[in-house]
Amino acid sequence: MLSFETLSKTYADGTRALSAITASVAAGEILALVGGSGCGKTTLLRLIAGLDRPSAGRILLDGEAILEPRADVGVIFQEPRLFPWLSVADNVAFGLSHLSAFEREGLVTNALVRVGLAGYEKRWPRELSGGQQQRIAIARALITRPKLLLMDEPFSALDATTRASLHGHLLALWEESRPTVVMVTHDVEEAVTLADRIIVMQPKPGRIFDELDNPLARPRDRLSPAFEASKREVLRTLDRSLRDEEPQQHKTAETAGMWW
Amino acid sequence: MSTLEIAAATQAKTTGSPGASARRPSSRRLGLAGWLLPIALAALWELLVRAGIANGRLMPPPSVVGRTLWGLAASGELLTHVTATLWRVAAGFGLGAGVGTVLGALTGALPVARGLLDPTLQALRAIPSIAWVPLFILWFGIFEASKVALIAVGVFFPVYLGVAAAIQGIDRRIVEVGRVFRLGRLAMVRRVLLPAILPAWFTSLRSGLGLGFMFVVAAEIMGASEGLGYLLVDGQQLGRPDTIIAAIISFAVLGKLADGLLLAITRPFLAWQDLGRDTL
Repeated sequence: MLSFETLSKTYADGTRALSAITASVAAGEILALVGGSGCGKTTLLRLIAGLDRPSAGRILLDGEAILEPRADVGVIFQEPRLFPWLSVADNVAFGLSHLSAFEREGLVTNALVRVGLAGYEKRWPRELSGGQQQRIAIARALITRPKLLLMDEPFSALDATTRASLHGHLLALWEESRPTVVMVTHDVEEAVTLADRIIVMQPKPGRIFDELDNPLARPRDRLSPAFEASKREVLRTLDRSLRDEEPQQHKTAETAGMWW
Repeated sequence: MSTLEIAAATQAKTTGSPGASARRPSSRRLGLAGWLLPIALAALWELLVRAGIANGRLMPPPSVVGRTLWGLAASGELLTHVTATLWRVAAGFGLGAGVGTVLGALTGALPVARGLLDPTLQALRAIPSIAWVPLFILWFGIFEASKVALIAVGVFFPVYLGVAAAIQGIDRRIVEVGRVFRLGRLAMVRRVLLPAILPAWFTSLRSGLGLGFMFVVAAEIMGASEGLGYLLVDGQQLGRPDTIIAAIISFAVLGKLADGLLLAITRPFLAWQDLGRDTL
């Protein structure tokens, strides 16, 4: 289980990116973080990844505090971030250096089949399209069988068709080992397609506005009325979160005006 | 020598491979076309001198230069000079590139080292390297040591600047991937940082080598008893322009060969780069 206890992050310039976040994610659950820009979604994800340290509070994964990157936590970034000097196979196997070449090869072949890129082992990343590169990044993160998978808007740079097919790939991979997943997205449809639970966040300072359960059974049909209903509910909550924020923004504008 | 090629390659790299690969066949044809002018000029000059229209004393025709070159080669004299020059370039290049790489890595990676070292090195860089010659001769004598030191200074700066800039320019996002995979300090250097700076390092080594050849000429002109630079001075003092041109041609061939060798050694490490790079 993953849990946050009054988690806060204030940057050196005084920006309060996160303020007193308390939540928990069950093992095997897919959690989506949505919210307007600047609400601290990515900051939260970086804290969970151990790439940044919280200013206050803590993050526990199965009772252990996360202070630095862990072997059982995989990260997929917004961009593929492949190593251009490594072949596709070596990129996928980047986290497997402790295994023998033979074991690595088997796992890589298997992983590439899963993301639909079998036979691409010897290619260079630059020879692949953006969607293919992101699939390699997914394979690289999942090949170590992480207990927790973190994704920061992993499909946002891709076109709708590619995105839909990657959702399929991702769910298929998730079915295999059922890792806990925390994903950041600004795409409500994506959140409803993938997540079991959706946390809507609000900026200044970044905090949790509301939590929504997504009761839809998998596989989910994007065209079903139930899907539409879920999507509408999330959109409504998101709208509310943005409206609530407005007066506050107005206030800061006013005080700023007075200061001038 | 290769500055233009490097610039063209960098451009090809940034503009992406499709354009570069489309341009390749035509650029090869253009490369052949490049031979036309010098060959035509040489042939014309040969004809003019033979016909007695031009006096070939100050600018000897190709046949005379060729004969001189052949004579030098046959007597073994050329080999002595080439060996001496190459030895100096190799020693100076090794020294300058080695120190340049180490200091460049230090100032690129450690802000403390950058603050301490970089201003001084930048100031030293502003000194025209030839200005060191009198001092080096006083310090290291007029034999090999002072020449190697001068060449090393010439090689040092491009390598130092190239490595420092490459390290500072490493994509932080890709380093972050290394952190996610919990690479230790050494593994991070070996698996992420080193490969990331390799292309820029090789490019800086190439420009360093080019400067090495420039400075070996300066060093040898200023006092040597052998070496291609000495051959230049010798030709001047004996009033033998054919010897001078033979030495110049030897320099050109050596420089090109050394650059090609460096390129051949480094190319396997850069196979992952854009195809445009292959034409470099």
